[in-house]
Amino acid sequence: MAQRNAVIVEGLTKSFGKTRALEGIDFTVGEGSVVGLLGPNGAGKTTTVRILTTLIKPDGGRAEVAGIDVLKHPEQVRARIGLTGQYAAVDEILTGRENLIMFGQLYRLTHASAKRRADELLERFELTDAANRTVKTYSGGMRRRLDLAASLLVTPPVLFLDEPTTGLDPRSRNGMWEVIGDLIKDGTTVLLTTQYLEEADQLANRIVVIDRGKVIAQGTANELKNQVGGERLEITVPHGTDLERAESALINTAGQAALDEGGVQIDPVNWRLTVPFPAGAKGLPVAVRQLDEAGVTLADLALRRPTLDDVFLTLTGHAAEEGNGNGLKEDSEKAA
Amino acid sequence: MSEHTLTSPAGIATGAVSPPLRQVSRGQLASIVVDSALLAKRSLMRVPRQPDWLFGATIQPVMFILLFRYVFAGAIPIPGTSSVDYIMSGIIVQGLVFGSINTAVGLSEDIKKGLMDRFRSLPMPRSSILLGRILADLMLQVFVTAISIGVALAVGFRPNANPAEWLGAIGLMALMAFTLSWIGAIIGLTLRSTEAVTSIGLVWIFPLTFASSAFVMPQTMPGWLEAFAKNQPVTLIIDAVRGLWTGYYPQASSHTALYAVIWLVAVCIVAIPTAIWAYERRMAN
Repeated sequence: MAQRNAVIVEGLTKSFGKTRALEGIDFTVGEGSVVGLLGPNGAGKTTTVRILTTLIKPDGGRAEVAGIDVLKHPEQVRARIGLTGQYAAVDEILTGRENLIMFGQLYRLTHASAKRRADELLERFELTDAANRTVKTYSGGMRRRLDLAASLLVTPPVLFLDEPTTGLDPRSRNGMWEVIGDLIKDGTTVLLTTQYLEEADQLANRIVVIDRGKVIAQGTANELKNQVGGERLEITVPHGTDLERAESALINTAGQAALDEGGVQIDPVNWRLTVPFPAGAKGLPVAVRQLDEAGVTLADLALRRPTLDDVFLTLTGHAAEEGNGNGLKEDSEKAA
Repeated sequence: MSEHTLTSPAGIATGAVSPPLRQVSRGQLASIVVDSALLAKRSLMRVPRQPDWLFGATIQPVMFILLFRYVFAGAIPIPGTSSVDYIMSGIIVQGLVFGSINTAVGLSEDIKKGLMDRFRSLPMPRSSILLGRILADLMLQVFVTAISIGVALAVGFRPNANPAEWLGAIGLMALMAFTLSWIGAIIGLTLRSTEAVTSIGLVWIFPLTFASSAFVMPQTMPGWLEAFAKNQPVTLIIDAVRGLWTGYYPQASSHTALYAVIWLVAVCIVAIPTAIWAYERRMAN
């Protein structure tokens, strides 16, 4: 046994009324590792985290966190976890420092220790200047950092980050990634949920892809990419190009592979089209000529390894960032 | 209670320089008390920071006192006592009944903002979450009611109670505020939107406070309403508080206070488990 598991999930099921949020989820998180739970809205990510953090009870299955059975000893689990939710759960009316001291005391720190720890964390997350302002005045990124700090007051062995960057602007998101990256370097075990493939790729050692309450794939980012097969041909066309025409030209060029592996992905905002392209570099000259003959003008053309977006599309037949209607309420309503 | 040092794994550890963090371990009961007090303190901290909220919470009872004192008191003769004393007692209790909405709105907002989830993921007794809120609301009610009584005294309310009777009246009002907070909790935990909480949280209060002995004698109401007004708990509480303050008992019963207490305890026996049930149910989803 190479390493102990900090989180064990076996056959978890959960329904909300008629909505089946989880249909039997299994995965593990090794001690000191970071696992990204990746899936679209409503896939069951938040439900899984809420079960593991003892906020709700599953209908079936079992789970262990830090070696403790979540259903049998929830109160012991709570002493060993930190949770940072999708919506910054800090008190707006209190200052940053007051929030951390209060949560520290609720984690049973003495007042003096809670105070000292609060100051350390404020410093670490660059909130010292804002420490005595009410949270109401904080930006989204500052709130998330404070929320994260609140889950680190007693250095929990297992940290749950439920969509830590949802709703943040790109700059704050990068800031959060840096902060989380540092935590990970320190050896904290993290279970992270995200609907951003880029985020899972960036932060997680292993990725568990879930969709409609089931695990549909897991492995390292590389393993998942390999599972989807070969390289992708990505073209960018000038604004105003007939995308349908470009699409059919691409299918012609890529051949059967395009249809077998998810077809052409179209990004109409960036005028970009992507298709599985097993022929690789050798096939490029032919591709360029065929596209030219089909009358498709190219602004850019590139060959690249599959991204997690491609993985998701191949595994589920739909893109990761669109909801799937099934159990959709669960994630979006959770904050209510 | 004992203290122990937190064994801090590598990493987010505090570094070699700072001394280790100290954690306290307490028994279950001590935890409930300490954590409820912590959460109550947190709820009360918002009061000085939201002066507009405090102003709103105080101005309404004060406005009622002034209006009823100068607009209605002259028009509502009460045989056997001064109508000012009669109405002031009623209005002070009425203000407390309205205050139960605070618990409903407070809990509803904590759930909405995700704070409830954070509290519930902490190693603290979950009963403290409700208790802390109710404790804080009780203290606010005491504060607002003290202001109301002060204003009433200033505009001619003349209780003739001895210290024991004052204590009795205050105790009874505190028990009522505590009881109604649980009803507020049920409303706040059951309804999903804050708007619904605010309107439903108030709507049950109007018939109970107006169809009571708060402002007029129930004898002046139509027969069917009189029967309700004379026997419903808010009337009993108002009559008891008024009796303790002024010695005036319209229903000629010295046991009014006892009946009021029995009513309140009975409501607590039903409302507290119901609130806990509503809490569990809300949290399970």
